[in-house]
Amino acid sequence: MEGSEKYQGEVPAWCPGCGNFAIMRAFKEALTELAIEPENLCIVSGIGQAGKFPHYIRCNTFNGLHGRSLPVATGVKLANHAMPVIAVGGDGDMYGEGGNHLLHAIRRNIGIKLFVHDNQIYGLTKGQASPTSMEGMVTKNQPFGVLSGQFNPMAVAVALDCSFVARGYAGDHDHLKGLIKEAMGHKGFSLVDILQPCVTFNKVNTYEWYSKRVYPVGPEHDPESRTAAFAKALEWGDRIPIGVIYRNNRPSFEERVPVISGSCLVDQVLEGRSLKDKLTATLKEFY
Amino acid sequence: MDYTIKIGGQAGQGIQTIGDVLAKVFSRSGYHVFTDQDYESRVRGGHNFYRIRLSDTHVYAPRASVDILAAFDRESIADYGKELAGSGIIVYDSSMLGERYEGPQMLDVPFTALAAESGAGRIAANTVAIGAILGMLGFPLEPLFDILKDGLKRKDNETLENNRKAAGAGYEYSVQNCTRCEFEALSAGEPKMLVGGNEAIGFGAVAAGCKFYAAYPMTPSTGIMLFVAGKAKDYGIIVEQAEDEIAAINMALGASFAGVPSMTGTSGGGFALMTEGLSLAAMTETPIVVALAQRPGPATGLPTRTEQGDLMMVLHAGHGEFPRVIFAPGDPGQAVRLTAKAFNMALKYQIPAFVLTDQYLADTRWTLDSIQIEGLTVPNYRAGNERLDTMEQYKRHAFTPDGVSLFGMPGKTRHLVVTDSDEHNEAGHLIEDSLTRKKMVEKRLFLKLEDIRKEIGPPILLGHGSPDTVLISWGSTYGVVREAMEAMPAGKKVAMLHFSELYPLPGNERLDYLALLRGAGRTVCVENNATGQFAGLMRTECGHEVSDSVLRYDGRPFMVEELVEELRGRI
Repeated sequence: MEGSEKYQGEVPAWCPGCGNFAIMRAFKEALTELAIEPENLCIVSGIGQAGKFPHYIRCNTFNGLHGRSLPVATGVKLANHAMPVIAVGGDGDMYGEGGNHLLHAIRRNIGIKLFVHDNQIYGLTKGQASPTSMEGMVTKNQPFGVLSGQFNPMAVAVALDCSFVARGYAGDHDHLKGLIKEAMGHKGFSLVDILQPCVTFNKVNTYEWYSKRVYPVGPEHDPESRTAAFAKALEWGDRIPIGVIYRNNRPSFEERVPVISGSCLVDQVLEGRSLKDKLTATLKEFY
Repeated sequence: MDYTIKIGGQAGQGIQTIGDVLAKVFSRSGYHVFTDQDYESRVRGGHNFYRIRLSDTHVYAPRASVDILAAFDRESIADYGKELAGSGIIVYDSSMLGERYEGPQMLDVPFTALAAESGAGRIAANTVAIGAILGMLGFPLEPLFDILKDGLKRKDNETLENNRKAAGAGYEYSVQNCTRCEFEALSAGEPKMLVGGNEAIGFGAVAAGCKFYAAYPMTPSTGIMLFVAGKAKDYGIIVEQAEDEIAAINMALGASFAGVPSMTGTSGGGFALMTEGLSLAAMTETPIVVALAQRPGPATGLPTRTEQGDLMMVLHAGHGEFPRVIFAPGDPGQAVRLTAKAFNMALKYQIPAFVLTDQYLADTRWTLDSIQIEGLTVPNYRAGNERLDTMEQYKRHAFTPDGVSLFGMPGKTRHLVVTDSDEHNEAGHLIEDSLTRKKMVEKRLFLKLEDIRKEIGPPILLGHGSPDTVLISWGSTYGVVREAMEAMPAGKKVAMLHFSELYPLPGNERLDYLALLRGAGRTVCVENNATGQFAGLMRTECGHEVSDSVLRYDGRPFMVEELVEELRGRI
């Protein structure tokens, strides 16, 4: 797409055919259409194949630790809430290692846009089960099949009243691009779970497997109804809904922090005379 | 004049309020005051004490010998009666304790009954007790009235008047009935500040320009967060209570990366969770200040007690090799200065810096004549957009002669600010080649360390100029070692070396302390831990083997008399 070249980053180290390429293309196009300049955007990522994402897109980048992107992104957003802050990770990163942070980022409704590359498998560590692997899936590390229940990020997010909950599919480019744009435009916390085949390690959830099952939610679904959303979030199996599952208008965290109601924290410089006066007044409290 | 007042009772009885009010009465009256606390990990019941030492000269530590014991439960009398000085008095209310004690040292003051008579109700029994203690000391009541007035949220003249009556009733009662009270309140100087260890760290942080503080509450560090949260509105600081310590340090790193001076605080167990984030700070060269208030471990240990047991942990925490700075203040004045300096070091060198204290220092309050604001404020080390925008290219981790790269603010310049927890190139993108890796290690570690070392201040040297014995203290043992040194018999050539700027260990340029140690026949390290961690650090870093260690590891701080006794036997 014309204009998206400015997001051209480093050469990806992903496997040929990886769903991440499709996600990245949709991303670059969405950013181009939204006219978000690389230098005005910050992407925070963790570890895993998805964690490398910001290196391949030109942007301000904090590629941190496995599972810890959301707290880092929260700090970035609170310090500079005028800057769009995206968190990117895989299913292991966000639903395994970083599960607690996900719960609390949703509770805060901090204006971070979270995109989870969900391939239902651990790729970087070569093929172990992930929290979203389906029960019974046999891997080298789960020789008796996955015994734990499959984590349902959509249902968890709706249960927590997450203000934007959506699912995309790497194999449906236009639909995914639309979702990315919609998520970016939402003011609170957005969770977009992106189904993405791992061509190397996941021999169950393939392009063919997903393509047969996914369907875009139609106009009959009311994403503002939490009950309807919960029912939609529970659908998995022969038919898997993609699109906006749930949405509400809860005020964002940064809107509710009085300290930054006037300006961004990074722009509030307290120095010289006024700081000295304040400190002198504070010292009086010790008497 | 050197009196110790100990107030003992159950959690929830208002022991702390009584102690705080009395301490303020004394500090405002110009006395030197030192307070410490002992409490259990519970909200109600149990047994706590609040100890106040007041004097007309400097006091740096608690004394075990008690002059006035205010007992709000029978346990206080049973446990602390033996600490009473020869001229000491136990003041109590027999109706409250359900028992009357006989003896010349017992003063039974009907706190509850006098409170009820005053019109303020039984709730004012503590005010009666405060009045009674001031009466025993022969102190004027006016400073107390001022404090009571300040403490009332609403201008409620009736409540104030009733509390004045309650305090006056207690005062009169002890003046009339304490025939053995021989305390003499000498005249004192100008009003003094009364500053706690945690408050001092909070103030140092605010003065240094801290804009973001994320933490998970953990005794005994929580007071720092409470202080900063109390100043959030006034100074424009975001204080976020994180879901766990892992989130706390990562949030602080995010805010720091985005451009604001950031800090977190915790105790040993919480810091254990932060160590991965510490390593992240090092790799991404993101400045952070970590306050760690130690308590006895392992694991949950003694949550409300004290120990200097985590020095080795802080020294080695985090995987990989990277520079760090560790400061361990010995009193609130040092805590203010060193917290600000920790910010300066963290921001200037883009490294993690620690302020290491413990429950004892966190919960003690000291009088200070003043706190100098000058020198606390930290310059803005971030590269502004005016500067960056004129550069053709910008690389976050560019190689420089001193290892410190320009740190731009993401979203504030036309350049990208890129960093990675993976090993990375100058631009911040992940790499795996050996040459870049080697140069990055040298940039992060060796180049910076050279300059960092130069900024570490020398230890504090007190006492004899050419000593036979050198006492060594670090962190919170400063005060008690100082008093013990001053109490050593005349004729003994004793000095003390106190280390507050612990790591890297100071060089010998400004004070040749190694020569001093070598010249002394005996060097004694006093530590609140079981293994002599600082003595170990000295051995490793500068090859000095201390000849003796005095260690305490029962979860309690050193007492002046006990340390004096211990040292007398060894010197």
